[in-house]
Amino acid sequence: MLQAEEIYKSYKMGATKVTVLKGVNLTVEKGEFVAIIGASGSGKSTFLHILGALDRPDKGIVRFEGRDLNDFSAGEINGFRNKLVGFVFQFYHLLDELSVLENVYLPTMVSKDVVGWLACRKWAKNRAKELLAQLGLSERANHKPYQLSGGERQRVAIGRALMNEPELLLADEPTGNLDSATGNGILDTLEKLNKAGQTIVMVTHNDMIAKRAGRIIKLVDGKITAAF
Amino acid sequence: MYKIVLASRYLIRRHITYFAVLAVALCVFIVLVVMTVMTGLVRDFKLKNHQFTGDCVVGTETLVGFTYYEDFISILEQTDFVESASAVIRSYALVSPSWTEQGLGLEIMGIDPVRHNQTTAFGETLYYHKGNVSKAFEPAFDPNLMGCVLGIEVGNRLGNALSPQRGARGGYFYSDQLDKTSVSISCVPLNARGAPAKADLGLINTLDFYYSDYSHSGLARVDGSFIYLSIKEAQWLCGMDGPLKRANAIHIRFKPSVSLHTGCQKVASLWRSFKQEKAGQEQSYLLDAVAVQSWKEYRRAYIAAMEKEQTMMTVLFGLVGITTVFIVLVVFYMIISHKSKDVGILKSIGASNTDVITLFLGFAFTVGLIGSTIGVFTGWLFLRKINWIEQWLFEHFGFQLWDRTIYAIGDIPNQVEFNVLVIIILSAIFACLVGAFIPSRQAAGLNPIETLHVGQL
Repeated sequence: MLQAEEIYKSYKMGATKVTVLKGVNLTVEKGEFVAIIGASGSGKSTFLHILGALDRPDKGIVRFEGRDLNDFSAGEINGFRNKLVGFVFQFYHLLDELSVLENVYLPTMVSKDVVGWLACRKWAKNRAKELLAQLGLSERANHKPYQLSGGERQRVAIGRALMNEPELLLADEPTGNLDSATGNGILDTLEKLNKAGQTIVMVTHNDMIAKRAGRIIKLVDGKITAAF
Repeated sequence: MYKIVLASRYLIRRHITYFAVLAVALCVFIVLVVMTVMTGLVRDFKLKNHQFTGDCVVGTETLVGFTYYEDFISILEQTDFVESASAVIRSYALVSPSWTEQGLGLEIMGIDPVRHNQTTAFGETLYYHKGNVSKAFEPAFDPNLMGCVLGIEVGNRLGNALSPQRGARGGYFYSDQLDKTSVSISCVPLNARGAPAKADLGLINTLDFYYSDYSHSGLARVDGSFIYLSIKEAQWLCGMDGPLKRANAIHIRFKPSVSLHTGCQKVASLWRSFKQEKAGQEQSYLLDAVAVQSWKEYRRAYIAAMEKEQTMMTVLFGLVGITTVFIVLVVFYMIISHKSKDVGILKSIGASNTDVITLFLGFAFTVGLIGSTIGVFTGWLFLRKINWIEQWLFEHFGFQLWDRTIYAIGDIPNQVEFNVLVIIILSAIFACLVGAFIPSRQAAGLNPIETLHVGQL
């Protein structure tokens, strides 16, 4: 489903150039739950962003279902981010102006014009409500994100990521900002989603969390050093 | 759809937006009030000039005038586009009141009151003969005496204490009837060559006239320096009588269905033919100095000054508009820098750069629309009450925006013109869009990775 070949990425930090990824290769099969672990600064988040087309590699190819992301037009990249992948960030990144329900169906709104949205509004709202019910947040649908706990916000972020039924879920330290009990709840949710067939790539620096995944990739100093 | 939802939520929740709305509202308020008052003054001034002049003038600037004017009036009256035409004598005269030795140099205007009233709004400017303009030059106390109509301010300039006095609100207080007051009007009559006609007989012609009425045209210069006489006496005073009479101008009024441009073109064409027809006849050379002008051209020296003033005001308030653009730019810059995370989130779920730009431009449009709606509403309320407010300020603090003893205006114009309103609203919205465009473009260009603070490598 997803192939990354010889991915290189560097950043400028003042006058110096820091090479973060030094030829990373990865293949993710449909239905897999892959964890990428590594210390802070190892390049794991950068790699995840490149996989989700949030960032571009300096060198190397990312193929999604056989198509090179470098060949995608700007519109196709937007469509890829909207429909084919779902992001879950460490700091949730919900829009404070919108309610929980609105945050969840936001990706569907983004993909439609006014007429298209009016046509599918009912479906989208029902789908968002279903997701919130699955994530145990039915009672919170009309709350604002700042009225929720960290764990609840992360579950809303997962709901948003799943709204358009993406083929790939990318989670960047999804439990990094949560206490262990809440974090375990989030991991349970991810496990459950994976068992239902969802492909997941998760980045973490915690070995214990990584063990919840089906496969672990270790990234050290910009290179994959081990796979378990 | 999400852009509409988000833009409206930003508007409600970001209190700094209220400053942008307030700035737009204030700007629209000021521009609306000033433009309405200025446009009203200019419109009023033009209307008064139009009413004073008629639609078109066939005339010469020389004091000698031109011959055969009656023939041309006959031709005009036979056409299907002229409603009426009135011959006018205009010259300068020394006017000496009976109670003092000191005279005053004024302009005289000789007219047939009935014809002139059919061509201009002369009858409307009178006080005592408003409904009876044929007797405008007949003093009420003795219709057999020669009467003259004074510009409403002329009596005061001549030092007549019984002349109508101007009130604080611009209106005049007239006595019930005119007292028996006379003035001597002296002119230097000119022959057809422009030389004094009475070089050997003391140079001047003098006639005594009694006040028969006052004319209030609303044009400060006209009301302060014109005396209207019967055309017959004016011609004699100026040496334009005799077998070949002369006049300085023919004022023309077109039929209501005739446009100014078309009417003037037709008159000009008729005049060219007329001039050719009269070529070679006695004193026909005087026709060469005659021009055909619309009322706008004829009064352009006065109207242009007013229009220039209006243009200057528009430019000044254009600068106010630029300030609004800058305020909106700053406010949006602040809002967008606070909302950069939102931009990152939207991009991560598939929003395009264009989506981000339209989101913030939609936000700016809403700010402009709400701001201009508030500005228009408050401006309209203020304009409705502007004369009441000025009256109150005058009564309590002696403050008056325009000193009515100096400016020839009554009430402050407060009629909002629809096209001015539309231009102001559209300009305000455009200013907001311009102000928001640069920050919006910057927001669209933001890297989602950086905005989401996911710099951990």
